[in-house]
Amino acid sequence: MDFDLTKAQKLLQESARTLLARECPHERVRELMETETAFDEKLWQSIAEQGWTGLLIPEEYGGLSLSLVEMAAVVEEMGRACLPGPFISTLWASALIDVVGSAEQKKKYLEPISAGDTKATIALIEQSADWDAASARMRADREGNHYRLNGRKEFVTDAAIADVIICVAWDGKEIFILPVKQGAHGLTVTATPGIDATRKLYRVDFEGVLVPASEVLGTGGRALEAIDRATSVATVALSAEMLGGMQWTLDTTVEYAKTRQQFGRPIGIYQAVQHMCADMLLMTESARSAVYYAAWTVSENDPQARHAVSIAKAYCSDAAREVGNRGIQAHGGIGFTWEHDLHLYYKRAKGSEIMFGDANFHREQLAKLVVDEHTD
Amino acid sequence: MDLNLTPEEQQFSDELRAWLKDNVPPPWEGSNDNEEESHAYFNYLRDWQRKVFEGGWAAISWPKAYGGRGASVIQQAIFQEEWARANAPMLVNGLGLALIGPTIIVHGTEEQRARFLPRILSAEEIWCQGFSEPNAGSDVAALGTKAVLDGDHFVVNGQKIWTSIAHFSDWILLLVRTDANAAKHKGITALLVDMHSEGVSLRPLRQLTGESGFNEVFFTNVRVPVSNVLGKINEGWTTAITTLMNERANLGTSIYVAYKRNLDALLERAKVTTRFSRPAAEDPVIRQKLAQAYLELEIFRLNTYRSLSKLAKTKVPGPEGSISKIFWSEFNQRFQQTAMETLGPWGQLKELDDNRWVYGYLRTRGNTIEAGTSEIQRNILAERVLGLPKSY
Ligand SMILES: Cc1cc2nc3c(=O)[nH]c(=O)nc-3n(C[C@H](O)[C@H](O)[C@H](O)COP(=O)(O)OP(=O)(O)OC[C@H]3O[C@@H](n4cnc5c(N)ncnc54)[C@H](O)[C@@H]3O)c2cc1C
Repeated sequence: MDFDLTKAQKLLQESARTLLARECPHERVRELMETETAFDEKLWQSIAEQGWTGLLIPEEYGGLSLSLVEMAAVVEEMGRACLPGPFISTLWASALIDVVGSAEQKKKYLEPISAGDTKATIALIEQSADWDAASARMRADREGNHYRLNGRKEFVTDAAIADVIICVAWDGKEIFILPVKQGAHGLTVTATPGIDATRKLYRVDFEGVLVPASEVLGTGGRALEAIDRATSVATVALSAEMLGGMQWTLDTTVEYAKTRQQFGRPIGIYQAVQHMCADMLLMTESARSAVYYAAWTVSENDPQARHAVSIAKAYCSDAAREVGNRGIQAHGGIGFTWEHDLHLYYKRAKGSEIMFGDANFHREQLAKLVVDEHTD
Repeated sequence: MDLNLTPEEQQFSDELRAWLKDNVPPPWEGSNDNEEESHAYFNYLRDWQRKVFEGGWAAISWPKAYGGRGASVIQQAIFQEEWARANAPMLVNGLGLALIGPTIIVHGTEEQRARFLPRILSAEEIWCQGFSEPNAGSDVAALGTKAVLDGDHFVVNGQKIWTSIAHFSDWILLLVRTDANAAKHKGITALLVDMHSEGVSLRPLRQLTGESGFNEVFFTNVRVPVSNVLGKINEGWTTAITTLMNERANLGTSIYVAYKRNLDALLERAKVTTRFSRPAAEDPVIRQKLAQAYLELEIFRLNTYRSLSKLAKTKVPGPEGSISKIFWSEFNQRFQQTAMETLGPWGQLKELDDNRWVYGYLRTRGNTIEAGTSEIQRNILAERVLGLPKSY
């Protein structure tokens, strides 16, 4: 047993850190968040060149066939850089296609995703804002060789830049997973600006959008299981991204505490400031344990995987916010400015806290697993 | 990263599990809140440790030469999990096993190791830790208990306080001042002192919980042979640091076992205690809090594994042990509050589960004080891990 990244995993992580520091400095993050989609083709291509868009994708579809532990190591660095754009969305969608798609469908979508030619997202939740896929009520009605989609999806990440929107719908009896091409007839994508401008959210309306029945990715219980699995993978990645944001906030705050002088001394000499930093360290390191444990259990299909995913997301959801709170407080006035980069991370943390279910949601998941199942 | 057990680790785990299955005694039935009962409980635990010693499981991390198994840190983690799984009682000579034994292994002479270590393992001699004084707590290096050389003996005069289990102890690891003119860290010596020596007296202090867990210990012209110096004369601070590092690093592992048991007991109670005519386990707020307790305890376990994996490479416990100390002590405070909320009015009654919850709740106030306060641990993290300037 070894609960530490291997040499190769550490190298991968370092190369991610170096590349992102070069290609995605904060000035670039700020430029991108002011754009409509927060997407940078050049940046996306350098990420794809590293193989990261296909990191989890099997080699036969052009990916690297690596595990979620490697993915977490890379995504942690994306979090540290506050990388804008559709990486997590595309990862979520590709994980879903990988679990549920036919060989032909995998070839069709996963190859171009690996190559960096296709971006994707999933349109799952609706006005009820429920992360439970079984609650999807958007209609998919069979008409000859097609399904006709009618309804509205909310909180769809990166929908305007995604080449394909994987849609979760219902025919009155069971759940369907269907791919919808960007620009399809009857599809309207409307920006819904949110707290985090680096990851864009959209309302997606489907008015009689037609999808050939042959393109359906999955149905019924199998579809729900696949969504569950793909969402676990994406939730771990998102938690790793949150961890990277916490690490950046901690490092930046400690650095500031060493240099900022008040009363003739660095503020880091005052215990009130020291203890905020110590708490940030404790939370960041605890998040790290939870994230890599979850990554490992999911990639190994360990029986503890479900527990581990919810532990990681519940903990990171609270901790990323708390680390941000302390980071801003320890900076004083400068921490409350638009000019300082802290708010980029602070807002990302809030958006991520909500995505895939917040701490309360995951604690309830854990209660189902631990409180309800408990037999002493 | 690979959390699977290697074949050797698996074999170790199987062997331990089998041994525990055959040997774990029935749980202690009595309570723990009067002197007679607590002596009986103490003897129950002492018998148990003897059995564990005979099975060769008392201190697996110690070198083979001193009665351990030279266990890897991973085996120590496995040990903790199996112990929890088997619901095995704790080992009574905890301070000897976790703090003082390891210090003797590092700083002791061969004679001292041969004399003391086997009896720590078998619980034949119980140990306590005599560091804190009325005027030297967090700043323990300011201690004033004096030892003056007289031939081949030191003569000790002074007082210790908050000395846990001194009233059951046969020996004490005592920090004394041997050079009053040196800087405060430079004039300290560590002594191994027989608690049955003439001139040692003690006064149990009643804790906030009601029972006597710690004591004042007085030393009046107590003669201690120079051969009982642990480490070098006037270099006792080095010896003490070893003890304190082990305190932070080791208490964490045995504590997980106790906490896991508390959580399991609470989950059971949550099913039979009701809220609005439904089991507390179905109350949405209680569920949130129980799940939070579960996830925090899991993270505590995972943090421990990560530091053990690191320790396997670096060999010396580092200042990040303070993360573990803060985590377990503050976790337990939150957990016991959750327990009180889950149990409702029953939580306040001592009769419930033999005083487990009233005692448990009150005892947690000590957790963030003993073994270095939370404030001191945060100072350590800020200054030694994060490199912020020293505040004092
Ligand atoms: C249940 C229990 C069991 C114990 N068992 C033992 C034992 O077996 N052997 C033993 O030797 N000792 C034992 N102790 C003593 C324990 O180690 C001390 O109580 C502890 O180190 C604090 O010292 P103090 O009580 O003198 O408090 P003080 O040091 O006076 O602290 C009082 C308050 O001031 C804060 N403070 C002090 N210095 C600083 C600073 N530099 N920066 C910020 N805040 C500061 C503290 O955090 C605390 O909040 C035990 C204590 C308890 C509660």
